[in-house]
Amino acid sequence: MRTNTEIGYDSKIEGDVIVTRVDAALNWFRKNSVWPMPMGLACCAIELMAVGASRFDISRFGSEVMRFSPRQADCMIVAGTVTYKMAMCVKRIYDQMPEPRWVIAMGACASTGGMYRSYAVLQGVDNIIPVDVYVSGCPPRPEAVLDALIKLQDKIGRQPVLTELTALAALKS
Amino acid sequence: MPPLEFAQQLKTKFGPVISEPVEFRGEITLHLSDAGRIAEVGEFAKTVLGFDYLVDVSSVDNYGEDPRWTVVYHLRSLKHGNELRLKTDVSEEKSELPTVMTVWKTANWHEREIYDMMGIRFSGHPDLRRILMWEGYPYFPLRKDFPLAGKPTDLPGVAFTKPAPLEGGPFVTVAGGEDAIHREPRVRTPEE
Repeated sequence: MRTNTEIGYDSKIEGDVIVTRVDAALNWFRKNSVWPMPMGLACCAIELMAVGASRFDISRFGSEVMRFSPRQADCMIVAGTVTYKMAMCVKRIYDQMPEPRWVIAMGACASTGGMYRSYAVLQGVDNIIPVDVYVSGCPPRPEAVLDALIKLQDKIGRQPVLTELTALAALKS
Repeated sequence: MPPLEFAQQLKTKFGPVISEPVEFRGEITLHLSDAGRIAEVGEFAKTVLGFDYLVDVSSVDNYGEDPRWTVVYHLRSLKHGNELRLKTDVSEEKSELPTVMTVWKTANWHEREIYDMMGIRFSGHPDLRRILMWEGYPYFPLRKDFPLAGKPTDLPGVAFTKPAPLEGGPFVTVAGGEDAIHREPRVRTPEE
């Protein structure tokens, strides 16, 4: 369900004034500068590098700032096989990311364990962290990752930021 | 010097604990009957025979037989280019043999992997921790009596495992089948 409207602006009619809702404006800022945290664990990470490189160019969607520190990232892209040994690191890194934060599970392994039906592999990263977008493929095409990012942007655009913040403030006071 | 010569030298030095060399496709395998002397044999192979490179250390689970474990050492010489394979048996009750880290430092991680996967300990190893599974994992997953899907474990705050859904698998591909039905990945019992 959409809870806000798109920002419409026609300089001929409105001059230097934009009329919108704070929710919509905040979401617009957020969704067009999602800084990804590349959690590259296997071959999906190679495709993720292609997404960042010039041919597919994730910067067209405002997400070229790959941050290797979780404290500066908004969206963790889990790219690859999550083994149980790595699972605790993934969880810890996710916990270090500041709110608001999102997760893209890239590829079959990160989504479900993929072909690794084994004692060593976590059967889907959603066992330990909440996932916003799942991408199928083994590994997915770079376009699929871009599509996931666009889907995530749509999702971010629908979040009632201000309502949440005021509710939070009301809870604290 | 032909490879068999090295085997003969080892035999002359250590006598009956070294078996007759077995040759298969140009590769020489020696069997050492006393696992406790593996470091000693390794030392001789390195310093006198020039096998300065330990290619790999692996282990075999002869499940249902005694002794249960076989540890295999692949040696190579970068000086004269020959290869030699050493095998030794360890019983399940003992499950321990001396480390060869004193001879080849690279044995450190090989032995840790064997300890992690099979549960064979190496006495004298300076850092015998798990290397692939996490510290505190209670099983040794490459043993034949351990299920492929894994077993449930839980170490709160550290890690957990759940058995993987195999859905009737494991699905096995057969090379050289007459048509796609016989080649493609399917549930296959070993008799087929």
